[in-house]
Amino acid sequence: MKNKYSVIIPTYNERLNIALIVYLVFKHIKGVDFEIIVVDDGSPDGTQDVVRQLQQVYGEDRILLRPRPKKLGLGTAYIHGLKHASGDFVVIMDADLSHHPKYLPSFIKKQQETGASIVTGTRYVKGGGVHGWNLMRKLTSRGANVLAQTLLWPGVSDLTGSFRLYKKSVLEDIITQVVSKGYVFQMEMIVRASRKGYHIEEVPITFVDRVFGSSKLGGSEIVEYLKGLAYLLVTT
Amino acid sequence: MKHIVKIITLLVAITALWIGLLEMSIIPHRYTWLLPIYFVVSLGCYGLLMVGVGLMQFPTCPQEAALLQQDIAEAKEFLKQKGLDVSSV
Repeated sequence: MKNKYSVIIPTYNERLNIALIVYLVFKHIKGVDFEIIVVDDGSPDGTQDVVRQLQQVYGEDRILLRPRPKKLGLGTAYIHGLKHASGDFVVIMDADLSHHPKYLPSFIKKQQETGASIVTGTRYVKGGGVHGWNLMRKLTSRGANVLAQTLLWPGVSDLTGSFRLYKKSVLEDIITQVVSKGYVFQMEMIVRASRKGYHIEEVPITFVDRVFGSSKLGGSEIVEYLKGLAYLLVTT
Repeated sequence: MKHIVKIITLLVAITALWIGLLEMSIIPHRYTWLLPIYFVVSLGCYGLLMVGVGLMQFPTCPQEAALLQQDIAEAKEFLKQKGLDVSSV
C-alpha cells in the first residue's frame, strides 16, 4: 500500500519563503503521494495570493490553502491543518527555510524502515548541525538541552526541534493534550508521545537560521522554557 | 507515574542508602556526612561537563548555508519562469 503524506506549513508573512519551500518540496519528493497544507494566519504581505498562484502551477489538490483570519498560535495552526489532512502521515515544518525539504526523503525512509510512529529531526547528532548561531545561542541551547535530558529523560536528543513526521492518528492523539505555546509546544509534544510509549526515531537535519530577521532568544524565552520544563515534570 | 514522582523516588532511595551508611558506619562517620555534598558537587560538575562537551562538539554546517543559497536561486529562477511574483510588497 502506498502512503500519503500531508505536509502542514503554518505561515505568517512568508510570501517569498512559501514559494521557495513549495518548489523544494516538489523537487525532493517527486515520486511520493503528498499534499501541502498551508495554514496562513491572515498575513498582510499577500502570502495567500502567492499560495493561490502556486495552486495554479502545481494543482489545487496538491497545495491546500486553509487560512485563518488572524494570528492564533502555532499549536492551533497544526490542529487546523490536521482537520484538512488526507494523508496517513503528517509532516510539520517551518516555513522560513530553516528546515530544508531535502531531508523529507530521509524522514520517509526512516519511518518505512522502522515502522516508527514519529520521526523527529535532530540537529545534535553526526550529519546534523546548525548554522548562524552565536556562542550565546549555542550555550543556551546546550544548557537547556542538558537540563531537559537530566530532568525529563525524554529518549530523544533534540526536544525543541520542530521538523517532524507523525503518523496521523498519533498526532491527533497527542496534539489535543498539549497546552504549551511557542517552542515549549514542540518539547511537550515529543515528551508526551514518549511517555505514551510511541515509537520515536530520529534523523539528522541541518538548521540554517533564517537569513533575514533575528531569531529571538531573550530572558523571557528562558523563563518560559523553565516554566515549561517544570510543567512537564509534574504533568507527564 | 508522573515524572516528578520518579525523580523523588530516586532521591528518596539515595537518601535511604545514605542513612543506611550512616547507621551501619561501614565508612567512618566524618566521611559519610560529606557524601551529600559530594553528590551535589558531582551533579553540578556533570552538568557543566555536558554543556562544555556539547559546546565544543556543537555540530555546525556552514556549507549548508551556501547550498541553501543555490537552492533559493534555482527556485527563484523556476518561479520567474512560471510567472510568479514573489517580490516583497
